[in-house]
Amino acid sequence: MGIKRSDRREFLKRGVALASGVTLGAVAKSASGQLEGPEAFIQGTDELVRYGKRSSYVTSVRIPHGGRASPDAFGLDFHIAAPLQDSVGVITPSSLHYMGTTRGSFVPDIDPEKHRLMIHGMVDNPLIFTMEELKRLPSVTRMHFIECAGNRANRRHRTVQETHGMTSCAEWTGVLLSTLLKEAGVQDGGDWIVAEGVENVVGASSIHMAKAMDDCIVCYGMNGEAVRPQQGFPLRLLVPGFEGILNVKWLRRIKVVDQFYMTYNDYGHLRQDSDDAALGMQIGPKSVITYPSGGQQLPGRGFYEVSGLAWSGGGAVSRVEVSTDGGGSWVDAEIRGTAHPMAHTRFTLNWQWDGQECELQSRCTDVLGSVQPSRAQAIEYWTSRGQPARVKGQDNSIQPWRVESDGSVHNAIS
Amino acid sequence: MRFLRLLLPLPLMLGISVQAQSPTYGLGRTPSAEEIRAWDISISPTGEELPAGSGSVGEGSQLYLEKACAGCHGTTGTGGPAPRLVKRDVGPDAGPWALGRVLPIRAPYATAVWDFINRGMPLYQEGTLTADEVYALTAYLLFLNDVVEEGTVLDAQSLPKVEMPNRDTWAPLPEWWRPGMSRLPSYPY
Repeated sequence: MGIKRSDRREFLKRGVALASGVTLGAVAKSASGQLEGPEAFIQGTDELVRYGKRSSYVTSVRIPHGGRASPDAFGLDFHIAAPLQDSVGVITPSSLHYMGTTRGSFVPDIDPEKHRLMIHGMVDNPLIFTMEELKRLPSVTRMHFIECAGNRANRRHRTVQETHGMTSCAEWTGVLLSTLLKEAGVQDGGDWIVAEGVENVVGASSIHMAKAMDDCIVCYGMNGEAVRPQQGFPLRLLVPGFEGILNVKWLRRIKVVDQFYMTYNDYGHLRQDSDDAALGMQIGPKSVITYPSGGQQLPGRGFYEVSGLAWSGGGAVSRVEVSTDGGGSWVDAEIRGTAHPMAHTRFTLNWQWDGQECELQSRCTDVLGSVQPSRAQAIEYWTSRGQPARVKGQDNSIQPWRVESDGSVHNAIS
Repeated sequence: MRFLRLLLPLPLMLGISVQAQSPTYGLGRTPSAEEIRAWDISISPTGEELPAGSGSVGEGSQLYLEKACAGCHGTTGTGGPAPRLVKRDVGPDAGPWALGRVLPIRAPYATAVWDFINRGMPLYQEGTLTADEVYALTAYLLFLNDVVEEGTVLDAQSLPKVEMPNRDTWAPLPEWWRPGMSRLPSYPY
């Protein structure tokens, strides 16, 4: 393996520079600058050997959603939002994954040896599985986002954590629900399932069989390890692209039934308007710029990589556009890596900031051709049909961020 | 995508349940009837899962105090720190959605009220009420909201027959949805 000609020339040139002694001084000076620190050394304790932890200089944390205490005085409200402003890539670390409970901040502490999943109702063969048996079945590993129905930005929010933090994305591993349903043998007329968990209210959701048989996953793995207790250890249901409350945690029971059951969770999200019901079930195409975003400070004019997340319950993200002039003109952003179906997708745009006040927006299109609307477009759609002036269902409207000439970034929802 | 949609199993496209099959993997075991009964607590609108037992409005009014419901929900079903349990006074012509987010009036089915109390109350002592007690408390809350008469006794037969004012004025989840469809085909966003 000889040195390539150009490399050899480089080597010879550097040799000459070193010999001259002039460049050597410059290199040494730069290197001594780089070698300042570290501040201290982290001792390799048994704890750190077994299960590492992040740097003490990294302080990104989740916050209670909606400005309410979580848990509240009753211990009832427990909705916590992910710090999307600090996110890189598309995976939300398990410790920072957003969370909501149907009621209560007390998370079940379940011994997986004792946990069981029962499938019964309108099936030929009712079945009860141990965790070990579930892990013996053919598995899938897929990237999917989950988003809470309450992930709705308003003008009082300051940061992207407040406007959009009730969504996260993880790599999920488990058995397709269809595998289990086929094993049990769904009978004619079994058009719905009721999925039930073991939290203190035994929360349950009704899910249509068309979705249950399509791509739902009974998950025991998350981001390369066991599902975390706050995410449903040892077993949770994933209903890709559908509203968060359907993704039942601490899953213990699937009952195949002939009708929508109006369960505890179903009543919690009862809607009066059929458009709201449809637009709330599957998440529409949605995106948000995470950098620069509200509360952040640009140090000065010059180059920035604008970065954000896009997702859709309708499938993969096919296009993301960015506007730096408040929606007046749009350019295509670059989609980073693979755009997985029903998964957060990272987009970026190279941007030279001229130091002038401006407004940044992003707009997502999914494989179905659905396009993320501005708030005005969504409202106009309904008012032109004689309906009230509001965004129906899950709010997927465009998030505007205003960059002031001093580099401060602000929520620009009017 | 259009091509992929054509490849979907025909029964799914037609909205028909997949025909039962025999097990492929042979894992898991058959649960006993007792195991199923113990966990089978989600009550359908038609009430198949309701257990035996009964309870009256009068018994419910006593239990409401004895089981400390009043401590959180208020002695009259309102005024406590927990969600109110009596409808708002918005006049005789108000539709069910104007009466507030109040379970024993907004729930489209009385079975949902029974189910909610049975699985969710009392706070931190969930699952401790007997079936008789849940029937009685359900009867009392429905009486407080003028849904049933004072002399009402509820059981597995009578509960599903109670006509709730919101029975036909709520929006069901779309049953037309199939994989690969947008969330509302007429809506471009």
